[in-house]
Amino acid sequence: MPEAMGFFTDTTVCIGCKACEVACKNWNELPSEDGGLRELSGDSYDNTRRLDGIHWRHVRFIEQFHGAYEGRWLMMSDVCKHCVQAPCLEVCPTGAIIRTEFDTVVIQSDVCNGCRDCIAACPFGVIDINHVSGTAQKCTLCYDRLQVGLEPACSKACPTDSIQFGTIAELRARGQKRVEQLKSQGVDAYLYGADPGGPLGGLNSFYLLVDKPGVYGLPESPRLPTRNLKPAGALSAASAAVLGLLALVGLRKQRMDDMAGTTSGGTA
Amino acid sequence: MSDTFFTASPHWTWFIIPYFFIGGLAGGAYFLAALVEWFGRPEDRPVVRTGYSVAFWGAIVSGLLLTLDLGRPLRFWHMLFQSERFPHLMFKSWSPISFGAWAILLFGACAALSMLGARAEEGRSQGALAKALSGGTVLGKLVAGVGGLFGFFVAGYTGVLLAVTNRPIWADSPWLGALFLVSGASTGAALLTLLGPGRGASERSLKWLASFDSRALVFELVILIAFMVSLGSVARVWLSVWGVLLLLGVVGVGILWPLRLHAKPAGAVNAALLVLVGGFLLRAVTILASSGIEFHRVAEGAMR
Repeated sequence: MPEAMGFFTDTTVCIGCKACEVACKNWNELPSEDGGLRELSGDSYDNTRRLDGIHWRHVRFIEQFHGAYEGRWLMMSDVCKHCVQAPCLEVCPTGAIIRTEFDTVVIQSDVCNGCRDCIAACPFGVIDINHVSGTAQKCTLCYDRLQVGLEPACSKACPTDSIQFGTIAELRARGQKRVEQLKSQGVDAYLYGADPGGPLGGLNSFYLLVDKPGVYGLPESPRLPTRNLKPAGALSAASAAVLGLLALVGLRKQRMDDMAGTTSGGTA
Repeated sequence: MSDTFFTASPHWTWFIIPYFFIGGLAGGAYFLAALVEWFGRPEDRPVVRTGYSVAFWGAIVSGLLLTLDLGRPLRFWHMLFQSERFPHLMFKSWSPISFGAWAILLFGACAALSMLGARAEEGRSQGALAKALSGGTVLGKLVAGVGGLFGFFVAGYTGVLLAVTNRPIWADSPWLGALFLVSGASTGAALLTLLGPGRGASERSLKWLASFDSRALVFELVILIAFMVSLGSVARVWLSVWGVLLLLGVVGVGILWPLRLHAKPAGAVNAALLVLVGGFLLRAVTILASSGIEFHRVAEGAMR
């Protein structure tokens, strides 16, 4: 059994070249949008804007500027987090979403029927429909490449090693070392998603960040959607019981009225 | 900011909104019909038969809408069977969309059997099974009992399905299942009020439906308030056109106005029409208010 594999993305060394986006599109033969006539954002060098069914990698450009000269760019190559407790896998009604031998999460396109429950369940907004296949799609962590001992296309193409691929244990150690290095230089860095005791049992694609998660478009505390199943089910069942009772009370009242009418009619 | 704002919309829109409405209405109508089947009087039979018809056609339309909404409609059966190990069943008790697919199928089966019995009662079906299922028989009551429970399940699970996501509004409250279920019962009663007279429903049955609808509407209003309170800070999402529609369309037109009409002697028909409008709007605003929140736009706001 292979070890759990994943990505460690050090956002401090990302230069926003988008080589990862291109490599991902190229290897996975992902189609362009509107025949390549994608609308430019007009206010950023980030024209991809988000992850979806045909963009499995997205370099997020975070432009924190105050005035003309003061500010910084934060860049982050975003991707599916391959959660240890994956919300998408949890709700998928067809069994299309599976956990592989590398502990990654993959959508089987030939099984998915495009119900889109996984899109609503993903706490990171990673999944969307690929309009060519009609199915939900996202990063597979290059499952086909992993099976033949190759590195995923994006990390292979990354020129600054912002995206690092390896076993989760090794990546966590590497990430921790880098956090300590940055902290010694006065940078307030931390790892997002590296804690196996944290939300969703940890993320097999985790990040080194230097600002709050929300700044990078990441939730503070992602959760499983089934947290609502029991309370919502219980409240529905209780409401059903109340309605049943209301209906029965109405029927009984009519019966009593009928009986009262018969009795008074009889007496008269 | 709630973590639910960092998610993407599943684009459930113009097949799913009518599905939620029709599924709820069909489930509610069947539940009421089953209740009268068990505890009603012989003069209530037209309402029972109308309820079974509504449930049967509602289940068919619901199944069609649900299938058409899929990205790959011909793979609808993947919800029920494991496509790679057919005929092994596909069932996840913790996934509402999975157990919901089974619930619709079984609800539809019960509704079909009940309608067969209703047709026999009206002299339009002669088979042995139809006769065994016709008005008041033990088998007919059993099918109605099971189908009635599935009916309420179908009416309510759609709200639970929305709650078991990570989307804004839907996953921020546990009350949606209850809200949809009560709305399903009230819209079911409203449709029976409209269709019942054409199938010979007695004055007595219609009176019972109107009085039930009034109580259900009050209950719906209470749950709607509980839902809004439970949203906490997320409730500000309703400061939009969807909030206006919720207030005017769902609460005003769909609940308060019908309640006022029910208080009048001949207001039941108009009240029923308004309840149906309100029930549809409830599903529409609940889905569209959340669907309008796009992940990348929210993320951009957070970055500044």
